[in-house]
Amino acid sequence: MGSAYTPGLAVSARAVVEKVRRLPIKGRVLVEPGQAVGPEDAVARAELPGDVETIRVAEALGLEPSELGDKLRVKPGDLVEENQLLAEARFLFGLMKSEARATTSGTVDFFSTVTGHLGIRKPPIPVEVKAYVRGRIAGILPEEGVVVRTTGALVQGIFGVGPERVGRIAVAAKRPDEELAESAVPPDCRGLVLVGGSSVSLAVLRLAASRGAVGMVVGGIQDSALTEYVGRRIGVAVTGQENVPVTLVLTEGFGSMPMAARTFGLFTKLAGRECSLSGATQIRAGVQRPEVVVPIEFGDGEVGAAKAEGGGELNIGTPVRVIRVPYFGMLGEVTALPAELMTLESGSHVRVLKARLADGREVTVPRANVEIIAG
Amino acid sequence: MISPSSDAAVPGGSSAAAPVPDRPKPLILPESLKVILATDCGSTTTKAILIEYRNGEYRQTFRGEAPTTVEAPFDDVTVGARNAIVEVEELSGRRILDPNGKIMTPAREGTGVDIYVSTSSAGGGLQMAVAGLVRSMTAESAQRAALGAGAIVMETLSIDDGRHQHERVGLIRNLRPDIFLVSGGTDGGNKSHVVEVAEMLVAADPRPRFGTTFRLPVVYAGNKEAAPEVAKLLGDKFAFEPVENLRPVLERENLGPARAAIHEAFLHHVMSHAPGYDKLMSWSPVPIMSTPHAVGKLTQEVAEKRSINVLAVDIGGATTDVFSVFEGAFNRTVSANLGMSYSVCNVLLEAGIDNIVRWLPVDVDPAEAADRLRNKMIRPTTIPQTLEDLALEQAVAREALRLALIHHRQLAVGLKGVQQQRSVADAFEQTASGESLVDMMKLDLCIGSGGVLSHAPRREQAALMMLDAFEPAGFTDLAVDSIFMMPHLGVLSTVHAAAATEVFEKDCLVPLGAALAPAGQVRKPGEEICRVTVKGTAGGSEEVIRAGEMKLLALPTGESAEVTAEPARRFDCGAGPGRTVRRTVRGGTVGLVLDGRGRPIALPADGTARREAIRRWMTALGLEIGK
Repeated sequence: MGSAYTPGLAVSARAVVEKVRRLPIKGRVLVEPGQAVGPEDAVARAELPGDVETIRVAEALGLEPSELGDKLRVKPGDLVEENQLLAEARFLFGLMKSEARATTSGTVDFFSTVTGHLGIRKPPIPVEVKAYVRGRIAGILPEEGVVVRTTGALVQGIFGVGPERVGRIAVAAKRPDEELAESAVPPDCRGLVLVGGSSVSLAVLRLAASRGAVGMVVGGIQDSALTEYVGRRIGVAVTGQENVPVTLVLTEGFGSMPMAARTFGLFTKLAGRECSLSGATQIRAGVQRPEVVVPIEFGDGEVGAAKAEGGGELNIGTPVRVIRVPYFGMLGEVTALPAELMTLESGSHVRVLKARLADGREVTVPRANVEIIAG
Repeated sequence: MISPSSDAAVPGGSSAAAPVPDRPKPLILPESLKVILATDCGSTTTKAILIEYRNGEYRQTFRGEAPTTVEAPFDDVTVGARNAIVEVEELSGRRILDPNGKIMTPAREGTGVDIYVSTSSAGGGLQMAVAGLVRSMTAESAQRAALGAGAIVMETLSIDDGRHQHERVGLIRNLRPDIFLVSGGTDGGNKSHVVEVAEMLVAADPRPRFGTTFRLPVVYAGNKEAAPEVAKLLGDKFAFEPVENLRPVLERENLGPARAAIHEAFLHHVMSHAPGYDKLMSWSPVPIMSTPHAVGKLTQEVAEKRSINVLAVDIGGATTDVFSVFEGAFNRTVSANLGMSYSVCNVLLEAGIDNIVRWLPVDVDPAEAADRLRNKMIRPTTIPQTLEDLALEQAVAREALRLALIHHRQLAVGLKGVQQQRSVADAFEQTASGESLVDMMKLDLCIGSGGVLSHAPRREQAALMMLDAFEPAGFTDLAVDSIFMMPHLGVLSTVHAAAATEVFEKDCLVPLGAALAPAGQVRKPGEEICRVTVKGTAGGSEEVIRAGEMKLLALPTGESAEVTAEPARRFDCGAGPGRTVRRTVRGGTVGLVLDGRGRPIALPADGTARREAIRRWMTALGLEIGK
């Protein structure tokens, strides 16, 4: 019966959150199991192989690659310094010479007698992975990373942009259905994650950034404003790497959409607390959603499972939000669940439900076009 | 059990699945297969179909589907496959799985099946990077080899691609391909450049997508003289697989061996590391085929059997695949980021919102339309409730299909860099090396597949989407895949070609009818551009095609008609401008569409006039406009 699409977005005041923090390549874990970590603490480190610089030795010496044999002064595996002599050839009884020198410091990676090229690999590039959330190390992935566990509140958004950031929650909107106004942005936003209502304009987003905000959580944003903010139109929904001053998390979608009352109420209670947020989104198999994690230490037995906002079964009386036109964004309550398929105006023959909207109208919508909400 | 490989000296020369040497070839007698179970494990759903031999014919009887389970928490593709099979069990009343969840073979009264076959594109399908020397020659041939093997080509690198060496190295390092294909140089030619490509790969040290323990497969299909040097560089660091050069001489492509090696690497390296595939492979005596490979195979068989030119398209949520067979040359392209859900905003990005809304019969604010498409991207399984919303979705489909065809035409070309001896006639026709093989005037059959086409509420909508996006010229038959079973039938054709063909004709292919579209530029709307005489079993009629107008004539499925087209001087129906063409056309659920919009279709620039024209065309095809 409950065939509604459920994005499974968690909105929970008391949850256990585990974050796997993994290096891109094998490296060294810097922490111990059970150790307390802060969001900015490095938990693992690795060294990415350096770039290779190719030197055209044969060309520099004016010889064929096959003639280089005894002219080389280095071999693969040797450490070389910048400007060090790599190969040398003498002509006219030693009166004239040509040479090839290292253009960078590093290790000789290869030499090819076919091309006459020699590769120097530059020193490795260190990479670190931070804990991202305040918590404890719950597990070690040898040579790869760690699992950081924390308890607290978790809100998953439906779409976001911008990298992982840490800040303090400040609820800027008065109501979940109001557009965030310029006057609602505090004069000093340094380190703040602003929580808005139904939407935010480009001007307000930029104002918040100029006043030092690190994050923004709102119901929706217009596509055109997002495009301007990111500096390009996002094609494929794989985000998180955008170079934006404020990481943005949308809880509902595009356009102006009132933030779910429960989500807004939760943020109101969390005002002033430290949170970690990420805009990383991937919509496909292996879904990744943007999120806000607010670490809170609870007493034993106080932690509940993260509750998915869209989960559950449709029944008479279930509160729903319509997620497609013509009733897009409207809230209502299920009044009937007819078993037979119905033909829509579009001509599709599908399973539907009837819902009474907040404005009193009773409407028919495809079951695929609603999300169950927790009020 | 696998059809023999047949390489052609044409771009994308047809190739078949490679034999898998490690597995003993099972002896399967086609006539022993009476109950066949096939699955396609897609990136989001796994579709199972049952095919049964009843009353002297093979028919597709039941279908089930379930979400694909290659991701956490299941991490096992067979869970989703079993769920889809259970749905088939429930609908058919046939018990297929034993208490341990294994498929029972052979079929007995009410239980089991005679064979199980499967295709897969789960986990994002086969993703490859290719490298060659010259972008328009070996690199392009390599790209065709990879695409023909069913891969998504993530990146094509070449010595002349305008990038610096360190940029190429950085790019390769960031990719996480399943397989790397290295090509370059003709046999006996210069070795140093192709060795340079190998050096680039060593410097980049790319990582495979699945697992951290196995070595990235690298297929080498370049200058055979350079193979030992390349092997020295790559042999220790990669799963190195040298095969015959894919461009042994400039004038010839030899894509078969590279494609076979890619297919084998896909099965042995990539699939065996994907979650649950070892189990899935053990269920079937037939190697699992990548989904596009199977669809391509079936497209080729249709073209070969009917001796026609075919264009098939599969528009999915994330990608759009285009397959074509023109004059025997098979080509496939995948537009990795053109699709109707996950990639819908990439269509918005590439086509632009103005190009999308131009197909709408009513005025819609472009900014609002863009917001709607973004919401479709983040909630991909919602469905259009209103006609206007459906029109927006189908407008996106037109642009995705249009762009995918442009992409396809760019790659489905004759060999570049080849000197051609030209006759006077050739010179007049302006044939050149590198010209696209896809000639819409020569297209005989256009097949549409994928949700937006297969499940359009009205078949007329599917026909109009294909006409608008592909602009076939002259006479063209149109069809859609009823429930997207071309992959299943593609893999089935490797063990029972006759059954696959029978089910394809009877249950898979839904003929929509035919279109007659005189090619030429419309100058004066309303002017007569073609006279048409139709003689069918139910009588005949004389028709006139007027510039800028469309007309639909009834021609039901199973019927055919003799059509004579007498185009005006500037218009061409296939025999040249002004020349009469006679053709027998087959009917379908839509009928015979007379399309007088000219080629290319010229949409009025003025918004009001354009919407009025679109409403007229929709009405001509019996479609409602909406509010």
